[in-house]
Amino acid sequence: MSATHPTQRGVRVDIQGLRKSYGGQEVLHGIDLTVQPGEIFALMGPSGSGKSVLLKHVIGLEKPDAGEVSIEGEPIRSQAVRDRYRMAMVFQSGALLNSLTVAENVGLYLVEHRLKPPAEIVRIVREKLDLVGLNGVEAKYPNELSGGMKKRVSIARALVIDPQLILYDEPTSELDPLIAVTIAEEIVKLKRRIGVTSLVVTHDRDLAFGIADRIAIIQDGTILFAGAPADVKRNPDPLIQRFLNAEFKIHIES
Amino acid sequence: MFQNFGEMIVLLWRVLRLAPQTWRQRGKVMEQLFEIGNASLLMACILSIFIGGVIALQIGPVLVERGMQSYLGGIVGLSMCKELAPVMMAVLIAGRIGSAMAAEIGSMKVYQEIDALQTMNINPNSYLVLPRLTAISVALPLLVIFSILIGWIGGALVCVYNQHIGISFQAFFSDLSQTVKIKHLLNGLFKGYVFAVIIGVVSCHQGLKTMGGPRGIGRSVTKAVVNSIVLILILDYFLTRLLQYFD
Ligand SMILES: Nc1ncnc2c1ncn2[C@@H]1O[C@H](COP(=O)(O)OP(=O)(O)OP(=O)(O)O)[C@@H](O)[C@H]1O
Ligand SMILES: [Mg+2]
Repeated sequence: MSATHPTQRGVRVDIQGLRKSYGGQEVLHGIDLTVQPGEIFALMGPSGSGKSVLLKHVIGLEKPDAGEVSIEGEPIRSQAVRDRYRMAMVFQSGALLNSLTVAENVGLYLVEHRLKPPAEIVRIVREKLDLVGLNGVEAKYPNELSGGMKKRVSIARALVIDPQLILYDEPTSELDPLIAVTIAEEIVKLKRRIGVTSLVVTHDRDLAFGIADRIAIIQDGTILFAGAPADVKRNPDPLIQRFLNAEFKIHIES
Repeated sequence: MFQNFGEMIVLLWRVLRLAPQTWRQRGKVMEQLFEIGNASLLMACILSIFIGGVIALQIGPVLVERGMQSYLGGIVGLSMCKELAPVMMAVLIAGRIGSAMAAEIGSMKVYQEIDALQTMNINPNSYLVLPRLTAISVALPLLVIFSILIGWIGGALVCVYNQHIGISFQAFFSDLSQTVKIKHLLNGLFKGYVFAVIIGVVSCHQGLKTMGGPRGIGRSVTKAVVNSIVLILILDYFLTRLLQYFD
């Protein structure tokens, strides 16, 4: 039941019984999740709950101790699967190559896989950088950019891949509200245009409830709840309610 | 210290299987070659002239005392070719280039750049290791030849101008050219090539397995240099033994 036009649509992601320990300490305690093709799936949870580790397993950077991640029913650990589907990840830290310029970073995928002639690559790179609100930085090196700019370059680099599955690790942290909205719009546009499947890790409640089709809450390596945004909001679990409703309430005593 | 032997052999094997992609990576190979040349030529020149000189200085008076000064050119010539140039150049390159390779790849590992490459389906072995290994195994043998020639000049200068030796240029180089054969040069080249592979594999391997933050990078660099040099010196003995069968 593999797609007739794998290039035209997003892919389904199945995570089954995923467990992972580092140095004897279990970080993921058996995660089960399914992300439907073309869905925007937001993953929220406190710091250190295992969100980044989970993303690394989804794209095949880490090998699980138990359980499996599959793309369209095929295991991600196989190189053939990683070759067949186009996937991209926006790292929490950006993870740009420091020895390359912004333009080289963004164009790297096309250059290394020889997918386009050089002039075309220049055009695509400019287009994707425009999309994330950056221009005139092509020749700069990553260490000359601010944290938010690096993040946006990293998003542009992921967009160049024209992915069927895109993983965002905190896409809007470090961004000002205006750019954050642009990025959120871009995530939605990408879904509409090519039906890409998006898995978004975020602390940003506005982002999650603004764009996600479904939301999962993860705490200490366990999924507490996954469902439509409205159901997450109504969920009575006190942990979830506290996480969703935390506010700054600072009382200054006089 | 040698617990990584297996891993290094696996790395070498994987990179060798990628060899057909070398031409595609030629840009990066050239870049690396340029860096190696830039970082080591001057130093190689200075080292070699002094090594050739000190050998002449050590052996010269002893031979002169016994009336055997006509052998000087041959002895200096051969020892540069077969032993000193390859080993000293390998030590120099381990210090200057091996350390840089481990540091660069190590920091890419620590800052998730290698993860990013993998998510783009770019194989770090072909993107990072292959060009470095290719460049170093071209550069080190060339550097050995360069070092041999400069070492001979250093030896000759000492033989001519040192008051306890005092033989002529002609005497030095006529004995040298009678003694040193092409096979001896090839001997040095071969050693240089093997040492280059060792430095490249050890350094890239250390870089790729870097863990932790900046301190991890520092540890990898130290290990890359120390392990390379130890391996080179041990292997040098066995290579010499092996090459004696072809003498
Ligand atoms: N390579 C690793 N080695 C050891 N422990 C790790 C490793 N990677 C992650 N961990 C541990 O796994 C846990 C989850 O880490 P993770 O980075 O997934 O958190 P997170 O949910 O992304 O948090 P944040 O929102 O702060 O980014 C942490 O306790 C962390 O210490
Ligand atoms: Mg994280």
